[in-house]
Amino acid sequence: MKSLSELDIIRKRALNELNLHDKPDRIRIVVGMATCGIAAGAEPVMKAFVDELERRNIDNVHVTKTGCIGVCRLEPIADVINAKGEKITYVNLDEKKARRIVVEHLINGRPVSEYTAGKAES
Amino acid sequence: MMYKSHVLICGGPECTKSGIAEINKQFERLLREKSLENEVKILKTDCFGLCEKGPIVVVYPEGTIYSEVTPDDIKQIVEEHLVNGRIVKELTLGGKEAKEALKGLEEVPFFKHQLRIALRNCGVINPESIDEYIAKDGYRALGKALTEMTPSEVIETMKKSGLRGRGGAGFPTGLKWEFASKAQSEQKYVCCNADEGDPGAFMDRSILEGDPHSLIEAMAIAGYAIGADQGYIYVRAEYPIAVSRLNIAIEQARNYGLLGKNIFGTDFNFDLELRLGAGAFVCGEETALMTSIEGKRGEPRPRPPFPANKGLWQKPTILNNVETYANVPVIILKGPEWFSSIGTEKSKGTKVFAVGGKINNTGLVEIPMGTTLHEVIYDIGGGIPNGKKFKAAQTGGPSGGCIPAKHINTPIDYDNLLSLGSMMGSGGLIVMDEDTCMVDIAKFFLEFTVDESCGKCPPCRIGTKRMYEILERITEGKGEDGDIEKLETLAKNISVSSLCGLGQTAPNPVLSTLRYFRDEYEAHIRDRRCPAGVCKALLRYVIEEDKCKGCGLCARNCPVNAITGELKKPYKIDSDICIKCGACMEVCKFGAVSKKA
Repeated sequence: MKSLSELDIIRKRALNELNLHDKPDRIRIVVGMATCGIAAGAEPVMKAFVDELERRNIDNVHVTKTGCIGVCRLEPIADVINAKGEKITYVNLDEKKARRIVVEHLINGRPVSEYTAGKAES
Repeated sequence: MMYKSHVLICGGPECTKSGIAEINKQFERLLREKSLENEVKILKTDCFGLCEKGPIVVVYPEGTIYSEVTPDDIKQIVEEHLVNGRIVKELTLGGKEAKEALKGLEEVPFFKHQLRIALRNCGVINPESIDEYIAKDGYRALGKALTEMTPSEVIETMKKSGLRGRGGAGFPTGLKWEFASKAQSEQKYVCCNADEGDPGAFMDRSILEGDPHSLIEAMAIAGYAIGADQGYIYVRAEYPIAVSRLNIAIEQARNYGLLGKNIFGTDFNFDLELRLGAGAFVCGEETALMTSIEGKRGEPRPRPPFPANKGLWQKPTILNNVETYANVPVIILKGPEWFSSIGTEKSKGTKVFAVGGKINNTGLVEIPMGTTLHEVIYDIGGGIPNGKKFKAAQTGGPSGGCIPAKHINTPIDYDNLLSLGSMMGSGGLIVMDEDTCMVDIAKFFLEFTVDESCGKCPPCRIGTKRMYEILERITEGKGEDGDIEKLETLAKNISVSSLCGLGQTAPNPVLSTLRYFRDEYEAHIRDRRCPAGVCKALLRYVIEEDKCKGCGLCARNCPVNAITGELKKPYKIDSDICIKCGACMEVCKFGAVSKKA
């Protein structure tokens, strides 16, 4: 790293990647993978997302991990974020729920409202 | 007269409380405005039974239920539903619930009252991607410090921000940096205390696992400020995920030239190494931590000399906690004025708390200093489960104390907590309800410090053990007159004569519970009674004769045959034989077995 402008180039590139600016049909799934998430079973959930997407040949969805958002009691947690930045947070996930989210939310475009954070916290 | 529509407004007690009168007025006014008063009839009804979702308004003939109606909603209901005949879906019971379900985590009460600075990236970015950290303005503060600020400007910024150490004692961070920068030496060090050890506290782990780069960036800034080129992160080995993510992050930072030589094209060099702690609580004490980094047995040493002058390997060293560092890059970027505008007069910024115990919403919360305990427990934490009463909150872990219900509206900051006999500590916040025995809690924390005392100085090694023995006696119903006074004398002596913070603060849980719950100690000692019904030795299990059906289930389940009786007649527990396991109470189908304090 030689200068602030060099950092800025990386920042812009990374921001584009993160916000899916050039890719309007892209979706990110972000799984909470801190100690709390992993202890609650986030690893099989993440695997289920990846596996179900692969099985159905869906290649516009990127699965990635993040840390602890603070509501450890609702882990495993996953955010589904589209290119508009709209985010649906799913909580208390397991493998089965993850696969259902792929089918209903990502393929059919209908968020599974019974698994959402808003539902759990209402 | 035939009415086209009927508007039923709930007049039940709950809805009336939540503002039905205003809703009624709005309807009348708007219907008159639209000349609908002869077509729409307003009726006040009895309770619909949907009090939780009230105020409720129902419109017939459609039978549409509008829930949680506010006076502002009426215009829409009148204009769209009553005039145009279109149901306002988003205001209906089902519509609101569906919308509720899809709202983001940020909108639920648990998050609404929070302000996330130290945790800004936790749960947001991928901690294993330096690019995502950079996308969120990562390493820009380091770049700004190195290329636009002098080291003394960095220190001045930190001082002006008012940031105080988040690890426990709350020493001003900028001042600490200034001492180390003024110390003359060829070699200086920057250390991070990631040896989080308070029972129930896990905010540092969350940052290490969720945003490791913020720590690296802040340590490099600190290195620049004091003139150090080497840093150490002392992290506990029990945090394997944190260790692995830190290692990944350090490697990525090196690859990008954000650690190493000539960072940002300047002549500033800085590198980091991890040191794993083996799980000794005392190694969270600064001198013990540095001794442990040196590879020696982790024991504290007397201060002065302070680490700012003679720290790691006798060189000037600063040591800050993970959460303290996590604030640094934001302060550099947004300026000290922004940071010091948050919080109270003497405590600036936010504090992360690990909220646990008898509370509905457990978890990590970051709140501005000055938020009251009441807001944390009820607005964010969702209150106490099972309708129990709040009794006290414990902050500061084994070095802290209990804050009783009468002080629940005190704004949380360093000085207020201290004056209440507790302390900020690293940010554990354990909520206790009416079923908690305060003597037992004091014993729990003291047992922890007895276990964790390093044994170097006698007041801590022997004194805490003696205090623990007295508490053990009291909870076993063998307390004597004068025990409370003995505890107080011991506590005083231990706090003034112990070598390090561990011993000096170890009596705090006893002192603070004595201060607010002395009557509970007295009940244990004088009346041989545990008011909360926790201390086993002071409990008696009894069978209430009028409730007992004489089924004998309790007697068959008693492991020591303490229960006798004849079928169909009330059974009896022999308290001399009873071991108070509670098995009888669990199996009784009639609730005839109870605990007597």
